[in-house]
Amino acid sequence: MKKKISEQLGFLVLTFSGIFVILILGVILFDVISKGIGVISWEFLTHPPREGMTKGGIFPALLGTFLVSVITVLFAVPLGMFAAIYLHEYARAGKLTRLIRLSIRNLSGVPSIVYGLFGVVIFVQTLNFGTSILSAGLTLGLLTLPWTVTACEEALKTVPKSYREGALALGATKWHSIRTNVLPYAIPGMLTGVILGLARAAGETAPILFTGAAFFLPHLPKSIFDQFMALPYHLYILATQHHAIDQVRPIAYGTALVLLALVFTLSLTAILVRYQYRKKMKG
Amino acid sequence: MIFSYKLRIIQLEIDAEIGEAVLEKKRDFTLAGVRSQRIKEFLIERFFFVNGLLATLILLGIFSLLFAKGYPALKELGWKSFLFSAHWNPTSYEIPRYGILSLINSTLMVTLGALAFAVPLGVACAAFISEAAPPRIREILKPTVEVLAAIPSVVIGFLGIVLVNPVISTVFGISHGLNALNGSILLAVMALPTIISLSEDALKAVPKTYKEASYALGANRWQTIVRVSIPSALSGIIASIMLGMGRAIGETMTVLMATGNARALTFNFLDPIQTMTATIAIELGEVPYNTTHYYALFIIGFVLFLMTFLVNLVSDIILQKYQEVDR
Repeated sequence: MKKKISEQLGFLVLTFSGIFVILILGVILFDVISKGIGVISWEFLTHPPREGMTKGGIFPALLGTFLVSVITVLFAVPLGMFAAIYLHEYARAGKLTRLIRLSIRNLSGVPSIVYGLFGVVIFVQTLNFGTSILSAGLTLGLLTLPWTVTACEEALKTVPKSYREGALALGATKWHSIRTNVLPYAIPGMLTGVILGLARAAGETAPILFTGAAFFLPHLPKSIFDQFMALPYHLYILATQHHAIDQVRPIAYGTALVLLALVFTLSLTAILVRYQYRKKMKG
Repeated sequence: MIFSYKLRIIQLEIDAEIGEAVLEKKRDFTLAGVRSQRIKEFLIERFFFVNGLLATLILLGIFSLLFAKGYPALKELGWKSFLFSAHWNPTSYEIPRYGILSLINSTLMVTLGALAFAVPLGVACAAFISEAAPPRIREILKPTVEVLAAIPSVVIGFLGIVLVNPVISTVFGISHGLNALNGSILLAVMALPTIISLSEDALKAVPKTYKEASYALGANRWQTIVRVSIPSALSGIIASIMLGMGRAIGETMTVLMATGNARALTFNFLDPIQTMTATIAIELGEVPYNTTHYYALFIIGFVLFLMTFLVNLVSDIILQKYQEVDR
């Protein structure tokens, strides 16, 4: 009898914690959506801030985040893909390979602000890109690199060994077999990882604080060597650094909602791509 | 199954035909041709190898750069004044002080506070998902955890200001709720997805036979979870906690926005504090490049890097071991 009661109590605790986690997400989404939806309009998305950011929209921040993400992808995707091809197709088991894998796992745990410090020294100062879209994009590229490598390798893993062996048996060289028989089948899977990495990069704030994000810019950036406004940084400014915080709170909620929507849309796209791809691979 | 296998064979045959066509056109089977082909293959392999090494090089690069940039400050002030002083006041008009003890203390406080919330909740939730949840709730919970993990830290920090802040100030009767407790709650939310999903993986990896043996001995489901499943999965659960901890130590935006940023050595969770990450975030934008203050911020970065590196390494070692045993 006592056993039975303790079992029921235990399961109650487990159920409660599961529901509590759902509740946390529910509260977050409800708060942001209910208070942010009011300011969302076409004008909010397509116009720059006006009157000391107390009115107007967030267009420059949206554009800035988009431009930085483009640099991030252009930088991180090829490198991540090449590294994954090495690890999965060429590397032999051994100390060096283990070291590389250890590095990748550890790199994904490096705090984002540390990437910011690294970016300041390497891209802003040493390579003299200044505080710019380029510096920020490259810094975010480094940050997403470990994720990109892991995702690309997962995608390579899903390609059956027989595809490679078939080509090799016909006398194709290793690279030839990878190019014609492996990569075409792995690309959709890699795409998933890339989009997920992008979703992460788009929401990051700490690495761009010193590498190029600006408080407010009256003009849109003209080249990749200009500073930019970014969505997450804009939210940070509106939430903590603005002189009239209560007045801009609705705009801050609107910005938070747009940022969440952007990140979730990207993640959802990745999940859909993965789903389609799995269905195809299963035949 | 057989059908899909047949499809695969057909696919292979098509591929082979394409491959052959390409090969006939492109490959040159004279001795010189084969040799140049080999050189090409070798170079391609080297190319990928260099890219593969990149992660290691970047990690080493971050490590040495943080140290090199922090070293001038270390030389000027001595490492003791960094580690054993609690006064961080580099912009003081009288004597600038560079003690990072209070900053380390703040970081550890919010991290441990976060774990105090996230570990029981996370492990219980993982146990619920893997052992007890009805399928329908499981199907809601799993994407919930993924979505939670995708929320940008700046949004969590914002909610710390607008949601958690008034709750704390009302409950404890203090003027504002931007303090260590607020930071702990937010970091708990950020560490939860890591802890839940990895703990769940660990629980799932417990062999079914263990549980069956436990049932056969007359244990009920609850006893089996507490005395068999969780202990067997313990190394994986600990690794997940370490990873969540690493994430909490290195988190910047949430603590920057929600902990009040007061540089004082305190052990009271209702006091405002300033973590290592927040200090870098606040001050790096304001200091001139290559001054003592600037170098000192890199020392903070270096210590931060070492802390997360160690935590991640330990969790990695645990995970590797546990995977080996599992095999």
